[in-house]
Amino acid sequence: MDLRDAWEIRESVNRRKVSAAEVVEAALARIEAADPVLRAFLTVEPERVRARASETDAVLVRGNGSLPLAGVPVAVKDNICTRGVRTTCGSKMLFNYTPPYSATVIERLERAGAIVLGKTNCDEFAMGSSTENSAFQVTRNPYDLDRVPGGSSGGSAVAVAAGMAALALGSETGGSVRQPASFCNVLGLKPTYGRLSRYGLVAFASSLDNVAPLANSARDLAVFLSVIAGRDWHDSTSAPAPVPDYVAEINQPVRGMRVGVPREFFGEGLDPQVKKIIDAGIRNAVALGCEVSDVSLPHTQYAIADYYIIAPAEASSNLARYDAVRYGYRTPNPRDLSDMYRRSRGEGFGSEVKRRVMIGTYALSSGYYEAYYARAMKVRTLIRQDYDRAFEKVEALLTPVSPTPPFKIGERIEDPLAMYLSDIYTVTANLAGIPALSLPCGFTPDGLPVGLQILGNQFQESTVLRLASAYMQACPVSAPPLKV
Amino acid sequence: MRAEGIVMEFEPVIGLEVHAQLLTNSKLFCGCSTRFGAPPNSNTCPVCLGLPGALPALNRKAVTLAVRSALALGCAVNPTSIFARKNYFYPDLPKGYQISQYDRPLGQHGRVEVCSGERTAAGQIVNRRKKIFRITRLHMEEDAGKSLHEGLPDSDRKSYVDLNRSGVPLAEIVSEPDFRSSQEAYDYLTHLRKTLLYLGVCDGNMEEGSLRCDANVSVRPKGSDAFGTKVEIKNLNSFRFVQRALDYEIERQARVLAEGGRIYQETRLWDEVKESTFPMRSKEEAHDYRYFPEPDLLPLKLQPAWIEEMERTLPELPHAREERFVTEYDLSHEDAMLLTSIPAVADYFEECARNSGNPRAAANWAVGDLTYALKASGKEIEESPVSARELGVLIRTIDSGEISGKIAKTVFEEMFRSGEGSAPVIRRLGLVQISDEPALLGVIEKVKAANPRQLADYRSGKDKLFGYFVGQVMKETQGQANPKVLNELLQKALRE
Repeated sequence: MDLRDAWEIRESVNRRKVSAAEVVEAALARIEAADPVLRAFLTVEPERVRARASETDAVLVRGNGSLPLAGVPVAVKDNICTRGVRTTCGSKMLFNYTPPYSATVIERLERAGAIVLGKTNCDEFAMGSSTENSAFQVTRNPYDLDRVPGGSSGGSAVAVAAGMAALALGSETGGSVRQPASFCNVLGLKPTYGRLSRYGLVAFASSLDNVAPLANSARDLAVFLSVIAGRDWHDSTSAPAPVPDYVAEINQPVRGMRVGVPREFFGEGLDPQVKKIIDAGIRNAVALGCEVSDVSLPHTQYAIADYYIIAPAEASSNLARYDAVRYGYRTPNPRDLSDMYRRSRGEGFGSEVKRRVMIGTYALSSGYYEAYYARAMKVRTLIRQDYDRAFEKVEALLTPVSPTPPFKIGERIEDPLAMYLSDIYTVTANLAGIPALSLPCGFTPDGLPVGLQILGNQFQESTVLRLASAYMQACPVSAPPLKV
Repeated sequence: MRAEGIVMEFEPVIGLEVHAQLLTNSKLFCGCSTRFGAPPNSNTCPVCLGLPGALPALNRKAVTLAVRSALALGCAVNPTSIFARKNYFYPDLPKGYQISQYDRPLGQHGRVEVCSGERTAAGQIVNRRKKIFRITRLHMEEDAGKSLHEGLPDSDRKSYVDLNRSGVPLAEIVSEPDFRSSQEAYDYLTHLRKTLLYLGVCDGNMEEGSLRCDANVSVRPKGSDAFGTKVEIKNLNSFRFVQRALDYEIERQARVLAEGGRIYQETRLWDEVKESTFPMRSKEEAHDYRYFPEPDLLPLKLQPAWIEEMERTLPELPHAREERFVTEYDLSHEDAMLLTSIPAVADYFEECARNSGNPRAAANWAVGDLTYALKASGKEIEESPVSARELGVLIRTIDSGEISGKIAKTVFEEMFRSGEGSAPVIRRLGLVQISDEPALLGVIEKVKAANPRQLADYRSGKDKLFGYFVGQVMKETQGQANPKVLNELLQKALRE
């Protein structure tokens, strides 16, 4: 059984060729074999998973029907709430936290017959680009065990890349699914802001956060998205826009699709090996019949600075609830209330989280608000307008995902600025709220994966998925064998 | 006396912030109940507990109530208003921020016309005059939970937090610093409370915390235009406390300034036992709230047509009703004010006035015997055993001379006790007034015969004895003689 193909799994389960119980047995076996090395999962509860699979089988037999994700094992980033299953956000602060409710996307997945396998490692509160900021463990890239899987959704990307799960949920604030997808040779989609409910996704930066799916094919992403997308009254920012049948949409032809290449994404800092692979990818798009043209997104240069004001500002407020009063880590024997706050937060949060809380608190402070946060929101509008203008001319944009291939574990952890620059090609989609996808594009001569980014206009996930699907069918990447 | 003298040299400048709980069944951002008095932390869910990943969803009913309040207070309602986060740490604030409104509140630039004046010791208003007080803004926000620092066996070591209030919808109503005396502040608050009750947006219950007030006060030398340094007073649990705390604070500030001292901007708490204010620890108020637009909620957009409809369908407001009672029913301002303080009382009065055809009598009964009986039995006017219609019938019975006013009181008491109408009560107790002349004359003759000495004295010029004979006849008839008829008959009969 190929655990990397969700579509095949659900077809087999729906036709009773295999049971959900058998599928999860295979997935649990794969996790047992590979994860001691890769360390993608923080929590796997085999008995719970087996019970859930049996329930799904019973539902299928009793109802004599089929489900869109029948028996499909899904890995879930540990910042998405799962009722009764520990949800840590990769933080010591929540080392013992078990939510009493499930995120809307989890509810929808389970209703569709999917089985949550376990919770995956991530950078603490999704802050990071390597999954090294986890309070618990370092996750390894399955194509080079000395390298990072990207982040912050590194565990989810590895789970899908290594065939431990057919699908995975990650989350995006500035590229946290696309970059690890690129580093692990899988597909990751950041949908339009509002396309997926954020209810139950632990907030990092509310105006930028998205739940984001990962898979091994465009078709799997399409069926995944169809199941979890749509309005949720729990999330006021979720969009009422109707959810198309993405699976049907991706089979539409791409010949004649107008595709732009924004020149600002190919400047200084782009690794030559990555550039070579992306250039080839763009040539492939031309070969597919796309009408490729040069476009400009002039405010791109401000994106990183903009992002690193807005995201920490919102984070500083979102992380205020971790005060040791109701749940989570509490320092032993606090002297008084302020000592409890200070020491619990000082001991419970890691250094990257503290750095961002400090930056964000500063940016929102009276006297600085106008110069930082308010100004950053204006720049954000300019960035979005760049995209609005570009999408008057083209339907999609092609860019690199990350300026470099996967880097070595430990290489950047002491250099936050270098780490922040890993996000240079991804943050704009979050600032603009548009859909963006990373798909496998090639490998460097050293055998490191490189992803290609497709950006689309608001709510045009269909266009993005369609191009990804056509591209992957025409230009499959031949990957070197996994290390585990 | 010295203090009075000092105070006289200064003018207070007062502004008020009122928090009114909006009368919704569920909280502002989740479906939890707003019911008061539930066991601690039972009315809670992931949203109002501030659990990771939970998000707010706005309660439409709360918006409607807030818009109606804003309109009734003369505010312009912003077609787009924005929720903002007010960030601070406190154990009863589960998210570490309160969702409020900041830059663009729901309503702005309001004004109310309030009847204000000094009170005599008997509560009569003298020097009454209308004053305009401006309202800076009305915005929506969520309430925090409640910290319990005392009253439990382990309170020396522990504090407890009850989050039942967390997320309860509030309207914060901020006035301009327009009040120049504690009395004006009191009159404004009374007016405000009445208005909110009329709109049905708030139950006005200060004990349960559904109406709360903070005051800002400074003083300045009379004649000065500049503002002094203001002090905020909190922990004001009734309008009387507001007034007393303001009086105390005005005098304190005036004295400090008169002695060459300086007022520090601070928050002080009212101690109702010591009847004084004392400073809150300054650490607790050194806040930079770091307001920013709440990214979890979209801007609140209201259709202008909907706002207009809300305005069109506002009920008659207490001030207008009070004025109408004075002109339409010829009532005193005091009675009109009393009758309009609670909408149900005003409704009762109007129905009774209609049914009786005698508004002044209706007013007297409503503020007099009825209020007394309700208070004594602990009933609300809605539960009154005597309906407005039946009281109207009773008043008609008096006016037609069928029973006397005195007997009517007995009838009313019995109606209130038994819940019967006036007619059956009068019949049952045999209280119909005797207006029949031959019958009354018979009694008069009997009384004359029994009191020859008094009769002689009366005839020799002791006019005061007339009342004695009235009393005797009343005694004989058990108070049922029609006083008017009796009077006429007695005048003649005693001379004969």
